[in-house]
Amino acid sequence: MAAPYAVFLLAFAAYPIVFALVLVFLRWDLVTAPSIAGFDNIRLLANDGRFWRAVANTFVFLSIHVPLQIVTALGLALALNRKLVLRGFWRAAFFLPVVISGAVVAILWSNLYATDVGLINKLLVRIGLSPVSWLTDPNTAMPAIAVMVTWKNVGFYVIIYLAGLQYIPRSCQEAIEIEGASAWQRFRFLTLPSLLPQTILVITLSTINGFQLFIEPYVMTGGGPLRRTYSVVLYLYNNAFAYQKMGYAATIGVALALIIGAVVLIQRRVIGRAEAL
Amino acid sequence: MRTLRRIGLYVALGLAALTFIYPFLWMASSTFKPREEFGSLALIPDHFTLDNYRTMWARAPFGRALLNSTLVATTITLSVLVFGSMTAYAMARLRFRGRPALNAATLGVLLVPGQLTLIPLYTLIVQLGLIDTYPALILPYLFNATAILMMRQFFLQIPQSLIDAARMDGMSELRILFTIFWPLSKPVLSIVAIFTFMGSWNEVLWPLLVVRDEQLMTLPQLLTVFALGGGAGSVGVSLASAMVLVVPVVIAYMFLQRNFIESMAGAGIKG
Repeated sequence: MAAPYAVFLLAFAAYPIVFALVLVFLRWDLVTAPSIAGFDNIRLLANDGRFWRAVANTFVFLSIHVPLQIVTALGLALALNRKLVLRGFWRAAFFLPVVISGAVVAILWSNLYATDVGLINKLLVRIGLSPVSWLTDPNTAMPAIAVMVTWKNVGFYVIIYLAGLQYIPRSCQEAIEIEGASAWQRFRFLTLPSLLPQTILVITLSTINGFQLFIEPYVMTGGGPLRRTYSVVLYLYNNAFAYQKMGYAATIGVALALIIGAVVLIQRRVIGRAEAL
Repeated sequence: MRTLRRIGLYVALGLAALTFIYPFLWMASSTFKPREEFGSLALIPDHFTLDNYRTMWARAPFGRALLNSTLVATTITLSVLVFGSMTAYAMARLRFRGRPALNAATLGVLLVPGQLTLIPLYTLIVQLGLIDTYPALILPYLFNATAILMMRQFFLQIPQSLIDAARMDGMSELRILFTIFWPLSKPVLSIVAIFTFMGSWNEVLWPLLVVRDEQLMTLPQLLTVFALGGGAGSVGVSLASAMVLVVPVVIAYMFLQRNFIESMAGAGIKG
């Protein structure tokens, strides 16, 4: 009964993983026969300004997206974790963008961000501020995308935090209230430490998600302006699809997997150390 | 003071909710506006028009894309449910050689980021001659490791006595799975069904790689190509094409909200 699955794993999981590592050492345009590239792909990658630009862009994205995601998700979860009228409605509203395709969200937001007719600039002008060229200014393009992705995913992380809030024992909450702790102290010394596992999960998932950024720059900016929103996956896609360099594209994929693994491990180490202090 | 704070909370929640809902309302209303009115903040168009929809429908095969997306997502979902539950049943309840290896491999697959296998999978599809076919869109998704692990976990909790009794009656393992396990496993099956269907419905990177023929494109893909290629020509038309993708999802979401939230959150945490 499990035989079809075993075959599937061999063909669509084991084989691609092994072949990814083989492709790193090949040069292949899918038309002519592949040739041995030796370490050329790796050497090229190490010195490829475009690749490292994309990696740097991802860190810019993450430095805005991850903290913003934690703050907004935690804030909304705390607001929802009370007796509320229409609690289900609020939760459903925040979760709505999660179920919508990233392609639609990207198309919608490129219009919200549009410089002359975009909704956001119209609102800014209405309250007397000057319009911002969100996606065409190299300094605001990546932050604008980071805000959009935070908006799209926040409902998902709210659910994670809401689940975590259920596990804080009532007795602890009562004890700290009897001790006369202020609202801020309750948050700082009980709620926040109790939610550490959820926060780690939010950090890990939003980091991985950030490294997989593709459709947003593909649709909204094409990687520009000045390559400031170029993402690693977009570069990988272009190498495979536009430049027909399978060996190099696979090398980018392997490097990306290693970078994701390393960053997530370092994050966990740092958080673990901070927790021990 | 207390009521004041309560009011403050609701105002804040209302504003927050508005930032999540208003863009979609604005998008929907923009699709009914003529070109000159686009960019106005009003939700009700001064001159209601269906031209954007007519143009969109005439310029690119969106009906066909809707059909393609439905076909692909349904096939994948059925496969993940039927063949996935057979696998999960075997892994949870049957003894066979290689079971520990299969368990370990399933967990291992979850740790590998999709970008690592993307290019080798693409070259595999090219070499199999499957570019511009439905199998290219479906084959790599026939099984889903997250779904198998979730179903296996659920099946482990079903009492062995039920299986023993059914075997005494001479039922085959497949019949036990589909007539005894399935009805008991509705919660996990519905979760798996929703996140699999939504995952497939919204996927855009894989179709962009393996399909170039407009007639075979899925909705999010055609939408992206249409918007980027300038085929839309105007924002209203581009947003109208996005509505084809959004409206079915929003309708399903309104009816199955709780299941959606549970299943998409659950899949993300376990995936």
